[in-house]
Amino acid sequence: MIKVKLMYMVLMKEIFVVTANTADTVIKARAGLFWLQKTQTVQDEKVNGEYGLIINGHSLAYALQEDLELELLRTACMCKTVICCRVTPLQKAQVVELVKKYKQAITLAIGDGANDVSMIKAAHIGVGISGQEGMQAVLSSDFSFAQFRYLQRLLLVHGRWSYIRMCKFLQYFFYKNFSYTLLHFWYGFFCGFSAQTVYDDWFITLYNMVYTATSVLALGLFDQDVNERWSFRYPQLYSPGQLNMFFSKRTFVQCLIVSTYTSLVLFLIPWAAMQDSVRGDGKDVADYQSFAMLTQTSLMVVVSAQMFLDTHYWTAINQFFLLGSIAAYLAITFTFYSNGLFFMFTSSFPFIGSARNSLNQPNVWLTMFLTCLLCILPTVAYRFLHMLLHPTITDKVRHKAREEGQPAPAPYRPPPRRVSTRRSSYAFSHSQGYGDLVTSRKFLRLKRRPSLFGRKDSPLVENQPQHYRTITEESQT
Amino acid sequence: MVKEEQEESPNRPDNTAFTQQRLPAWQPILSASIVIPMFVLIGAAFIGVGVALFIASRDIQLQELDYTGDDSAHPCYKCRSSTEKCTCSMTFSIPNLFKGPVFFYYGLTNYFQNQRKYGASKDDNQLYGDLDYFKDPSSSCDPYTRDSRNIPIVPCGALANSMFNDTFSLSHVVNGTQKIVPLNGKGIAWWTDYNVKFRNPSVTPLINAFNGTKKPTNWPKPIYELDTTDVYNNGFINQDFLVWMRRAALPDFRKLYRRITHDDYVNGLPAGNYTLTIEYNYPVYSFNGRKKVVLSNVSWMGGKNDFLGIAYIVVGSMCVVMSIVMLIVYAKFKFAEDD
Repeated sequence: MIKVKLMYMVLMKEIFVVTANTADTVIKARAGLFWLQKTQTVQDEKVNGEYGLIINGHSLAYALQEDLELELLRTACMCKTVICCRVTPLQKAQVVELVKKYKQAITLAIGDGANDVSMIKAAHIGVGISGQEGMQAVLSSDFSFAQFRYLQRLLLVHGRWSYIRMCKFLQYFFYKNFSYTLLHFWYGFFCGFSAQTVYDDWFITLYNMVYTATSVLALGLFDQDVNERWSFRYPQLYSPGQLNMFFSKRTFVQCLIVSTYTSLVLFLIPWAAMQDSVRGDGKDVADYQSFAMLTQTSLMVVVSAQMFLDTHYWTAINQFFLLGSIAAYLAITFTFYSNGLFFMFTSSFPFIGSARNSLNQPNVWLTMFLTCLLCILPTVAYRFLHMLLHPTITDKVRHKAREEGQPAPAPYRPPPRRVSTRRSSYAFSHSQGYGDLVTSRKFLRLKRRPSLFGRKDSPLVENQPQHYRTITEESQT
Repeated sequence: MVKEEQEESPNRPDNTAFTQQRLPAWQPILSASIVIPMFVLIGAAFIGVGVALFIASRDIQLQELDYTGDDSAHPCYKCRSSTEKCTCSMTFSIPNLFKGPVFFYYGLTNYFQNQRKYGASKDDNQLYGDLDYFKDPSSSCDPYTRDSRNIPIVPCGALANSMFNDTFSLSHVVNGTQKIVPLNGKGIAWWTDYNVKFRNPSVTPLINAFNGTKKPTNWPKPIYELDTTDVYNNGFINQDFLVWMRRAALPDFRKLYRRITHDDYVNGLPAGNYTLTIEYNYPVYSFNGRKKVVLSNVSWMGGKNDFLGIAYIVVGSMCVVMSIVMLIVYAKFKFAEDD
């Protein structure tokens, strides 16, 4: 759960996400991971309206005391927006830590001045704005950009993509390695548990380094589930990340089950097919080297096909890496099983002739074909049915994107003309006494509005920010 | 708007497709129009292939003769644990013409040629004919590298030492007389083994290359005398030796012994009674192994193995069933467009 702490009024209605109705699941998901934690977690509560909290530094000093801080947190979490004004840098950090400690949430702090540094460092994710107030915030932050509005892009586009890529990468990595390794466990039953490897030694060396490394790297670097415009249009796409949906204990166990099934199929089908079988000319095909050739080629095809199913965004680089990995496997295998290398390094390349003698047999190819399809088709069927019966938000948006093509870019809203160049709200939050000065309108004149506090509706409800003119402008008119 | 944003800032990131992650890409979705026809096609193709495989396998003829001799009624019972030369013979009959070419295999069960240390126990350089390794075999062959008098063994290692040494002869009972069926031992190993992987040292006569070495402990004859009838079938390129050195992947395996290609039997073994005479040398009793002789013919898909055909048919039918299920689900739950 990300609580965005803003240092002045910005209206968040159109963005997210930290709403009371998803709170329970959020807290459950989070608490599940930290079951060892001793600190209590403050649950979100249902609110019957939209509230805002404004608290200044003086009061915050009392509110952050031991006996009152939980009350502050509860109240603050029930509000749509909380404004802490005139706070010291230490208090900013204390507020962030309060949320971190009791809400078990991931916190993000964004600021542009030197006084925001402690808050930025205290939060999980610190974002610094470079610009008017100097580079202090930038130097101590995890991310930095030039305008506050880029935060939307950071979270909805890049943060989301990063989460998805990381989860897919991890899941695929575990899958390919479990399938690769569990095969030896099954083979152990048939080789007297002597730890005989099913594959050629060179394949074992090169599998993780060459054959599957580049394609999984491309997946982790380039994959996108929906493009950036759709990410803006549907901020709900952000929720799977908050709910920890794509990589949790449950998905890991699922991955383990799929890998076990894959390794079983990869072993049992060749085992059964090679029982007492021979080549078309009567010679041996059930020997160890042909069996290794058969299983390792099937494994390569299966993990490549799984990569094909996992990747949603096929750039030229992804295609090149995947097809290149398969081509590299075939090229290296044929080279290592050829006569030339055997002449040069006799004892290092004992598989001489295996590829040529086993791969010209139709029953070897048919076994490979059956193995690969039996591993891949259940995944395809499961994903298809899951998409029809329980479509996730990602599936829905992807389908919509497919039908409608590229959405129009977000309408360009010209930034509201701020006549005043003062961006901070210092001027309006002075200590007691200045408030009267402000309301007496002695040095400020409102445009279009007779009085500032005479209205019934709070300015928060408005979409447009207030417009003010400075004295000089006033005197010109 | 602040003026500085208009100028070229050195920190401004590149605005290329690669750096801004706007690379053109193909974004496939699992849609019904691809998945369901794919399943139907795969199912139909698999069923077709499965039927072809099953028919091919069913037409292969196979005759297995277990001659371990663990049953006291068996003719080879007496040879079971004898240490000296023992010969036994079995009779069997072939009901119909056994179509040629007929392949004669010997089979072993519960024999773990795929055990790791056993399979690694050989010296590829020696087997390639490198004389340096005759004098000093690699340590991977231990403890079968040198004999008790520290003389190097050629070929060293457990894999070579345990070479199968039963011999068989087949005779056909014709009009009361035993007519020998000639067995052809040429070309039973892989041509890459025969021509590339295993080479005899280029010393003539071959026996001179083995001066100062000993034969493996359990062998009756040294490697240069394995075949007394054909002088070229000796040394490391002896066909039986090559077949044995190609270690099996599973504990129950079959290895090609001979082919029946002689003119009289080129069309196959005619129906009738046959006698198999076995010189029983290879002991399997101690580890509960079994020995058998297998006569088989082959087809385009190799030896008799019903599994592949049945598996294809089963998987094909499952695919077709799955596609029907998916079609029903798709028809009922057409993809909802609500967000």
